[in-house]
Amino acid sequence: MTDIATYNFAYLDEQTKRMIRRAILKGIAIPGYQVPFASREMPMPYGWGTGGVQVTASIIGPDDVLKVIDQGADDTTNAVSIRAFFKKVANVAVTTDTASATIIQTRHRIPEHPLTAGQVLVYQVPIPEPLRFLEPRETETRKMHALEEYGLMHVKLYEDIAKHGRIATTYAYPVKVEGRYVMDPSPTPKFDNPKMHRSPALQLFGAGREKRIYAVPPFTDVVSLDFEDHPFEVQTFDQPCALCAAENVYLDEVILDDHGGHMFVCSDTDHCEKRREEGHRGHLAPEIHLASEKMEPAQ
Amino acid sequence: MYVAVKGGEAAIANAHSLLADRRRGDRSVPALRLDQIVEQLALGVDRVMSEGSLYDRELAALAIVQARGDMIEAIFLVRAYRTTLPRFGYTKPIDTGAMLVERRVSATYKDLPGGQLLGPTFDYTHRLLDPELAAGAGVAEPLRRETEAQAMPRVSAILAREGLIEPDGQMPQDHVPGDITREPLEFPMARDIRLQALSRGDEGFLLALGYSTQRGYARNHPFVGEIRIGEVELELDVPELPFAAPLGTVRVTECQMVNQFKGSAKAPPQFTRGYGLVFGQSERKAMAMALCDRALRASELGEDIIAAAQDEEFVISHSDNVQATGFVEHLKLPHYVDFQAELDLVRRMRAEYEARENPARVDEKREAAE
Repeated sequence: MTDIATYNFAYLDEQTKRMIRRAILKGIAIPGYQVPFASREMPMPYGWGTGGVQVTASIIGPDDVLKVIDQGADDTTNAVSIRAFFKKVANVAVTTDTASATIIQTRHRIPEHPLTAGQVLVYQVPIPEPLRFLEPRETETRKMHALEEYGLMHVKLYEDIAKHGRIATTYAYPVKVEGRYVMDPSPTPKFDNPKMHRSPALQLFGAGREKRIYAVPPFTDVVSLDFEDHPFEVQTFDQPCALCAAENVYLDEVILDDHGGHMFVCSDTDHCEKRREEGHRGHLAPEIHLASEKMEPAQ
Repeated sequence: MYVAVKGGEAAIANAHSLLADRRRGDRSVPALRLDQIVEQLALGVDRVMSEGSLYDRELAALAIVQARGDMIEAIFLVRAYRTTLPRFGYTKPIDTGAMLVERRVSATYKDLPGGQLLGPTFDYTHRLLDPELAAGAGVAEPLRRETEAQAMPRVSAILAREGLIEPDGQMPQDHVPGDITREPLEFPMARDIRLQALSRGDEGFLLALGYSTQRGYARNHPFVGEIRIGEVELELDVPELPFAAPLGTVRVTECQMVNQFKGSAKAPPQFTRGYGLVFGQSERKAMAMALCDRALRASELGEDIIAAAQDEEFVISHSDNVQATGFVEHLKLPHYVDFQAELDLVRRMRAEYEARENPARVDEKREAAE
């Protein structure tokens, strides 16, 4: 039985890739519109990024350089696993360097380093429908998109303000694409929303379980929903990264002990390492040069 | 000190080797062979073939061993393999009326052409644990029927002669049967698509929904018109050949539920049908599927939609256990970026709340700080 299981370049067969590329092209032609596609079972579970993996598998070529991040980090287990998958089935070059990657597959973050023309950012999307939590039925939400009937979303945001004094959505913050479709940016923190606006990179979104693909072509308007008197704001942090002293980046909170001690470090590990290599030092940076990278994981 | 999550690669490799070790268990116990699983855990193999949508006993057995007996994991393994297989074509519809029947029971007629055949059923066993089985006692050869098998018309055909039951559903002339493995699901869907989704749907989920219809959540007054289990022939139209080429046989379970129906604005009083068909021997699944199929025909028959089992989007969107387990279990993947965003919001809102509730204390704190 060992000889029966052989796989095509990048796992998917070419007919499937063509089907997915057609969906991607349609998505690019109608920015923000969710294109149904015949999502396949992948060798990793639904919820692990099967949509993103299918998009990447369909666009990747032997000359591509792939970067995979999860929560902004190249070294979280699922990012490692997906990177290893493409190394195995497509034998492509992989990198952690944002600038030199041609395809970046991501879960929950947009890299801090600005993306450039020619790069493709592939998002893994759990629930592509921004209206899903307001209206669970697909038949209804498709109608609402068709009629550009987004009042419900504005009412929800307004109710947030009425109840909490602010819009209480912190991630997967809805955006309007090119003045037409309301789109879910995937569960990235709203901190990353402005990076989507007029990005020179092509942004592709794949939702495997929900069988939807959508896209934001380069230099497309992506505007976070808000009100004139309650303008959209991103998260701010009171302190810089404890390792590289970066400001105006998204930080993860790391618990240091059980007495409430904690530190804030860059969520984007590549960005943080680059800055430390350049000599930036945060107040908790280790004495030894880049000691944290040399540590073996605690098993 | 900050120990980053570095080294995911080594951790994954180590986890995999520990998993392989645990899967194998005590090395002094002989390893399971696939033929043992195919022969002796046949109903488990059938479930994996049915919900994995791939009729291959050996691969299903391999999946069961590899999954350590976790059925949904085994189904997932089979699905991820079958999706990569090239598609040569579609067989002609199977004719369950011409089935080589091993079991056939009807709850609506005491006797009927072809008779009642109990077959290999648990139905009238007493559920007493059998210590002799644990001791590996031998099993006698079964009795064999001497006579030729009789023709066994389907109960639905018998009822149809009187016009008491709705005929087989007719699809429009130009209707091409859908294929849920090649096209995205879209709602509302035609019954052929729905039946495909139900046939590979999770047994437990459909069982619970079917059960709910019996307990009054969209009751549809079912009778088991017939359950039959046996081998049916597969035939493929090959353009070069003037006849359909036989490919072999598959074992299936078919359930035809007959449901009372008082009539509505859309349809006259008559018996209506719910249909279940699954790979292998799985009566529970076929019956649950038939109950759900009937419940899901509510809008077609002009019935009020009042319960979960009648709600197509609800049932079909959540019936696939590979999807369900993936999305439920993905919650254990890191979410710290989103959690951080929520932490920040909750901290800010709590600070405001405290300032509102205890303005004095906040002032004291501020003064103390100053």
